[in-house]
Amino acid sequence: MNLTSDQLIFWQHGFFKLNETIVTTWAMMLLMVVGAILITRRLATEGKISRWQGALEIIITTLESQIKEVGLPQARKYLAFLGTLFVFVATCALCIIIPGYKPPTGSLSTTAALALCVFIAVPLFGIREQGLRGYLKSYTQPTIIMLPFNIISELSRTLALAVRLFGNMMSGVMIVGILLTITPFIFPIVMTALGLLTGMVQAYIFTILAGVYIAAATLVPKRQSVVVPASKPTS
Amino acid sequence: MLIDWFTVIAQMLNFLILVWLLKRFLYQPILEAIDAREKGIASKLADAEAKEADAQKQQHDFEAKNKIFDEQRAALMTKADGDAKAEHDRLVDDAHKQADGIRASEASALKSDQAHQAVAIRRMAQDQVFAMTKKTLSDLATVTLEERIGEVFTRRLRLMNPKDKDEMGTALKTSPEASLVRSAFNLPDEQKAAIQNALNETFSAAIRVRYETDASAISGIELVAQGQKLSWSISSYLDSFDRSLAELVAPPTKPGPAPVSVAEAK
Repeated sequence: MNLTSDQLIFWQHGFFKLNETIVTTWAMMLLMVVGAILITRRLATEGKISRWQGALEIIITTLESQIKEVGLPQARKYLAFLGTLFVFVATCALCIIIPGYKPPTGSLSTTAALALCVFIAVPLFGIREQGLRGYLKSYTQPTIIMLPFNIISELSRTLALAVRLFGNMMSGVMIVGILLTITPFIFPIVMTALGLLTGMVQAYIFTILAGVYIAAATLVPKRQSVVVPASKPTS
Repeated sequence: MLIDWFTVIAQMLNFLILVWLLKRFLYQPILEAIDAREKGIASKLADAEAKEADAQKQQHDFEAKNKIFDEQRAALMTKADGDAKAEHDRLVDDAHKQADGIRASEASALKSDQAHQAVAIRRMAQDQVFAMTKKTLSDLATVTLEERIGEVFTRRLRLMNPKDKDEMGTALKTSPEASLVRSAFNLPDEQKAAIQNALNETFSAAIRVRYETDASAISGIELVAQGQKLSWSISSYLDSFDRSLAELVAPPTKPGPAPVSVAEAK
């Protein structure tokens, strides 16, 4: 039994290879993009809107509000990145109801890729918001002694992100696969339903954690600079 | 090994492409649609608020106008009530005055009619009495009424009370012209001579008289001299009869006059 979908390789030429993870990811991308195009093809800007448009608006406005609650008031700047993280992970988790499907997020390569994206995006967003010097200075806060610990923290949380998502998604698929060999009726369906739930929770956690990291990289210095002059009581 | 680095790189690229695609085909259109709808809703709300404010303003204006109209109407109604009452009073007064006038006019007309009727009745009664008396006297004594009237007149002349006699005598004697003896009929010469004799004897002087016939003096004779008058006629009786008739026709509002004597001298 393959532990990850990376091991099923359809085509390989030297370093380049086409495995199940990549193919499934493409399928997921195709599904999401085609679905988005179909739904947003005829958007109503006034009056009655379609149910699909309503559902998408709910998802996107919820994402926007969640990003704001994390600590990013200008949520639309980060909506594309964080929203895509959530939609991708959630869609991959939802599709486990398809027989024979292995979620790309069950591959450590994929989760590592997503974690690396967050790892790269956090300093990029931080630098964009407060400049290179300001961002680098945040690693020496509150003292220069904290620099190595901050770097270790940065790396470890990236690793934690990747492993958490991988472990949860892979374990769900593994449990269903093992249960199918032991009790082929009913119980795997229950576990699949549970997997749907855990998949959604993981998508939420992954997105929120990424948002928190980005907020930490972009807003901490600003919060300090804002709090000091704002000595008057706020309502 | 669990991590395949080519897959990692490929998935990173895939994810970045997916971010761009979803931003292009999902987030942007949806957010634009949401913004457009929110803008439209905000516009409609602002429009509705403006209309509401306008409606409230119009309502206030309307209420203010209504209040003014009510006040004006109340004032006009009060004025109209006063005018109507004054006009009513004036009309009622006019009606009363007109009614009083009509009543007075009718009363006057009635009184006039009564007077005319009384005159006519009296005249008719006089005529009837005269005719009847004349006929009676003629049948009974073969003496004409005129003779009897003349006799009565001469007798009354002789039996005048001294005061009246002095006054009448003075008037007759000092009259520059002949005194007037007016009768309802042509006096025969014997009558005239009897009257002349009675005058001469009564006043002890030659009294000059002239005779005149007046149909209105029913069956009577009167002597007029410088405002003094001595008369006898059947009218005296008829006046008494007239008063009796009037008392019968309408109840008297005041005590009736005393009966007139047969002869009145003044």
